[in-house]
Amino acid sequence: MTPAAQSGFAIDVQGLNKRFDGKHVVKDVSLRVRRGEIFGFLGPNGSGKTTTIRMMCGLLKPDSGTGTCLGYDILRDSAEIKRSVGYMTQSFSFWNDLTIAENLDFVARMYQIPGRRQAVERSLATLGMTSRARQLAGELSGGWKQRMALAACMLHSPQLLLLDEPTAGVDPRARRDFWDELQTLAAGGISVLVSTHYMDEAVRCHKLAYISAGTLLAQGTAEEIIEGQHLSTWAIRGDRLAELQEELRKKAAVAQTVTFGEVLHVSGTNAELLEREIEQTVVSSGRRAEKIDTDLEDVFIYLMGHAESNAGGNA
Amino acid sequence: MKGRQRFSAARWWAVVLKEFTQLKRDRLTFAMIVGIPIMQMALFGFAINTVPRHLDTGIVSADESNVTRSFIEAMQNSSYFKIVKRLPNEQAGREALARGQLMFVVNIPAGFTRQLLRREHPSILIEADATDPTTTGSALAAVNGIAQSVVQRELTGPLAGLQAGAPNDRSSSLGWEAGPAPFSVSVHQLYNPDEITQYNVVPGLMGMILTLTMVMMTGLAITRERERGTMENLLAMPATPLEVMTGKLVPYVGIGLIQASIILLAARYVFFVPFFGNIGAVYLAALLFIAANLTVGITFSSLARNQLQAVQLAIFYFLPNIVLSGFMFPFKGMPGWAQVIGNVLPLTYFNRLIRGILLKGNGWADSWPSVWPLMLFTVVLMGVAVITYRRTLD
Ligand SMILES: Nc1ncnc2c1ncn2[C@@H]1O[C@H](COP(=O)(O)OP(=O)(O)OP(=O)(O)O)[C@@H](O)[C@H]1O
Ligand SMILES: [Mg+2]
Repeated sequence: MTPAAQSGFAIDVQGLNKRFDGKHVVKDVSLRVRRGEIFGFLGPNGSGKTTTIRMMCGLLKPDSGTGTCLGYDILRDSAEIKRSVGYMTQSFSFWNDLTIAENLDFVARMYQIPGRRQAVERSLATLGMTSRARQLAGELSGGWKQRMALAACMLHSPQLLLLDEPTAGVDPRARRDFWDELQTLAAGGISVLVSTHYMDEAVRCHKLAYISAGTLLAQGTAEEIIEGQHLSTWAIRGDRLAELQEELRKKAAVAQTVTFGEVLHVSGTNAELLEREIEQTVVSSGRRAEKIDTDLEDVFIYLMGHAESNAGGNA
Repeated sequence: MKGRQRFSAARWWAVVLKEFTQLKRDRLTFAMIVGIPIMQMALFGFAINTVPRHLDTGIVSADESNVTRSFIEAMQNSSYFKIVKRLPNEQAGREALARGQLMFVVNIPAGFTRQLLRREHPSILIEADATDPTTTGSALAAVNGIAQSVVQRELTGPLAGLQAGAPNDRSSSLGWEAGPAPFSVSVHQLYNPDEITQYNVVPGLMGMILTLTMVMMTGLAITRERERGTMENLLAMPATPLEVMTGKLVPYVGIGLIQASIILLAARYVFFVPFFGNIGAVYLAALLFIAANLTVGITFSSLARNQLQAVQLAIFYFLPNIVLSGFMFPFKGMPGWAQVIGNVLPLTYFNRLIRGILLKGNGWADSWPSVWPLMLFTVVLMGVAVITYRRTLD
């Protein structure tokens, strides 16, 4: 039995810290990803997602902290981790002056995949790139580069996938296919840690973590995260919403207002006070207000805006 | 299997293939590989190939006869020498050489012709200002031929008997020294007793070109990955530092050998440098030297943060190599501290090795003192490179 099977966690890290030239970019991050789980990693730009992922797969040495990936110690066993983890970098890091087939072949040789040729052929076919196999990777469009990179990091059938914004710039259909594929893999016992900025992807994850300015603010299922923030939310429809938004922002119970197209979401932690204030300002002005379930996006925007005050409040 | 990872030939080969493919597509680098030796050979070769002619020559003649006149005339006709001055005595000749007014002084001793006729084998002395041996070398090389032609022209008829020992086999340059000649010409090189001839330049050039291109190109090998962002991918894969580094070096071994071949071909067929040694030994020496330089380059590559730094390091390394390796100045003539530095540079050993093999036909025993330092250097630097290789993105 591998240590991973014993612990049941594909990733289990505690208290990871990283400083760059004195700048503290990852602060005491602890994460647990179960086997067969799709774990979404969210947070604004520069919050430390990429840095955290790099520490997990041995590309960066944490200043402090411990943990395991697939049961291997992230500090001591980076060779084993590299062999059994598939890591897709955020920016395209394959060789532009090699063809698609050559890139895949190089990866296959590196991981010493048995039946290398067939594996590469299969991967090309799945990608739908068999006819473009001899095209230089550097000549691919951005979305196709992402797809190639994804195929390459899954070539050696890793037990754990660390995907850093794998679908950035990928068209909706390809994204849907990709997520279907991830779901199938997860059902087969493969664990996935995926960073993303897309809400529709976040809701497809089994678990989520939200990081801001290096601190993990929330971790758990989508419901847990939503409940953890104790927000009640109202959806408001009507005309001149921008004016209304200005007015609402001044109210004590209104923590945030966000426009989604024709709808204004107003959220706050004090439900009773919020309800009263909404009735005063909205209903009296003849607009329609309706209490709705707080969704993930409301929570994330809330977390983003309250990163400092909530720094200690990990769920 | 925990802890240290073992060397995998399969992964190493993956790196080799990748480097070859990338190199194949990099036209500019490829042009440089072939272009640098050709350009350097053309530049330096120009200096080699322009055999300097009409060099100012003074005559100190204490004996006048048909033979001596014929000899002086033949020198003039050879076009290497230009007789500009008659000097009263040897002393005056020395002074003129010291002042740099003359390149050569020909001393014909008193009673030369009489001694010749008595078969006493007299000798003409040519003193040369050999400060710059590339200037005087070819002129002096022609002297024996001149003497030979004088013998054949002047010692005819009743004097033909004196020709005894003169060479019949004209194609052999050594023939003249073989038998006792009717008279001889001894050359006295002043100011530069070292036997440096123009031929030293071509083998030296080989070392220079290999140092420059090998260190520079491999210096870029890893920094390029870092700058293009592909290093993150490479580091995330299970390759060990030794696999990556040695794998990256292999194509450059081939390139080094191509360059060595270009230089050797040019030396042989364009500049007519005589080859005495075994060509296999020449390539073996080149291979050793290439390996040494590649480890220097790859060490720079893992030390430097970016390609610019790698190039700067390569140039920083290149300069002492030109000056202190015995390519520009005779090694023995350098001050002690310079010799100490020179003694750790692979080019120093390669220069000795290749000159020994090419020009003197040295074998294993003669070469060994220059071979083992090259091997040691390579192993030590490969170790340094592996240690300094950054295994993370920190
Ligand atoms: N090698 C580095 N040297 C110095 N600072 C770094 C380095 N890598 C990252 N940082 C800094 O660390 C912080 C976190 O960066 P990181 O790339 O982890 O963010 P991220 O969450 O992945 O952002 P994004 O969503 O934009 O990808 C940033 O402020 C960044 O400037
Ligand atoms: Mg990132």
